[in-house]
Amino acid sequence: MNKLNTSSSELDLDRPNIEDYLPSGSIQEPHGELRLRDLLDISPTLTEAAGAIVDDSFTRCFKSNPPEPWNWNIYLFPLWCLGVVVRYMILFPLRVMVLMLGWIVFLSCYFPVHFLLTGQEKLRKRLERGLVELICSFFVASWTGVVKYHGPRPSMRPKQVFVANHTSMIDFIVLEQMTAFAVIMQKHPGWVEAKDREIVARKLREHVHGADNNPLLIFPEGTCVNNHYTVMFKKGAFELGCTVCPIAVKYNKIFVDAFWNSRKQSFTTHLLQLMTSWAVVCDVWYLEPQNLKPGETAIEFAERVRDIISVRAGLKKVPWDGYLKYSRPSPKHREQKQQSFAESILRRLEEK
Amino acid sequence: MGNGSSMLTQYDIEGVQEHCSNTFSQQEIVSLYQRFCQLDRSGGGFISADEFMNVPEFAMNPLSQVVKQLLEPLFVPRLLRMLDGLNFKEFVLFLSAFSSRASLQLKVEFIFKVYDSDGNHKVSFNDVLDILRDLTGQFIAEHQRERVLTKVLEEAGYRKDSVLVPADFMKILGSSVLKMEVEVPVD
Repeated sequence: MNKLNTSSSELDLDRPNIEDYLPSGSIQEPHGELRLRDLLDISPTLTEAAGAIVDDSFTRCFKSNPPEPWNWNIYLFPLWCLGVVVRYMILFPLRVMVLMLGWIVFLSCYFPVHFLLTGQEKLRKRLERGLVELICSFFVASWTGVVKYHGPRPSMRPKQVFVANHTSMIDFIVLEQMTAFAVIMQKHPGWVEAKDREIVARKLREHVHGADNNPLLIFPEGTCVNNHYTVMFKKGAFELGCTVCPIAVKYNKIFVDAFWNSRKQSFTTHLLQLMTSWAVVCDVWYLEPQNLKPGETAIEFAERVRDIISVRAGLKKVPWDGYLKYSRPSPKHREQKQQSFAESILRRLEEK
Repeated sequence: MGNGSSMLTQYDIEGVQEHCSNTFSQQEIVSLYQRFCQLDRSGGGFISADEFMNVPEFAMNPLSQVVKQLLEPLFVPRLLRMLDGLNFKEFVLFLSAFSSRASLQLKVEFIFKVYDSDGNHKVSFNDVLDILRDLTGQFIAEHQRERVLTKVLEEAGYRKDSVLVPADFMKILGSSVLKMEVEVPVD
């Protein structure tokens, strides 16, 4: 884990050492005099190479799994057709109207509240939060969201940050309808320069420590994942010096898949798909707040919380960084391996 | 089992299973086929090592990033060269050494094949040096590598100009447990 400090690349600073997550053949350092057998036995290295050839656990996280068609026989098909008519001709227009109504209500209340109540900060903030929660509820209603919330909602306190796994843009809305959060999601890797990163970190800390600010929600995966897996959590959210409250979100694909595969469809198409399906069903679990344990690094903390969320939502963990979708892997890994082999051989040559 | 990503029939799967002497289960073979199709980028029915070696450095295509990640572990280019031109049946047979059901002999034979890059069933000093170079890169000088290898060979009773055959490998490596297993992800 301390290899992070030796990296000079900006992007690398934020990335946990992938090598620590890849399966390694020889965990202990080999000792003793060097023999022919040791040089010829390349099985660990071969295994790692074969593993890379065989396993594609990375792309599986971003694959959208098409639903099984159920309308394939003589009596189900007319039923399905009827369903299509209802969904597109009745539900969809209704939902659009609900959404428009929601926007009208929201805008006509929000602006007066925001500009007229400038004297009474507390009241204004409370009303604004309530209105944001309201418009989100309208959104959720516009796709007939059936959301089941589990677990006690942690009380709104300062020095608290919320983290959740990320599947789609609608995660935010589903969570926001319960509590008006302030949200951070890194949209594009490398969006923060080195000095900006510090400014952002400082601003985040200030926000979190402020008593009256909206609670902060962070999606540490940094990208949308297909709700069967979780990718590695970035450590930013775990270094703010406050309690982390994990939230697990799991969608039921029974009517529609909420995962937005940004490579396959535009957001508008995705939204329309949601608005013409029967319902979006999901479970949200508010989990027990966690603190950094003594002796734990930020990355270990992040992984621990990721574990808690993955177990609760039934997601499999993979050792990939969501940003690998965009950035180039570093050549460090190969050279590190070569260096450690070389050192081991030379050392054992001396041992007699 | 035509070219590219056509569907595998039960008949195809059984044929492949027989070819690799049942070292993989049918579900594993299906998973391997999905992976094979992903690696067979031109859809020609076989893996071409060139397709991986010539991936543009700064391509933003997500699939090429996966490929770049694929190329990270040592020996992957070497294995890809060995896989060059193989069809799916042969691909599975190649990987069967990494199955949990593979015998020790199969694994040792595979290691021999990796060393025997020219396929003449003999492993020379230079063949071993080649692999050692891959393993250690720039972190050992060439003459040091030769020195180490010569010394270790002599201690084991061979000479620098000795040539190793599979039986030798079996003798050297066969006395211990070889941990050489890859789990095929089954959906």
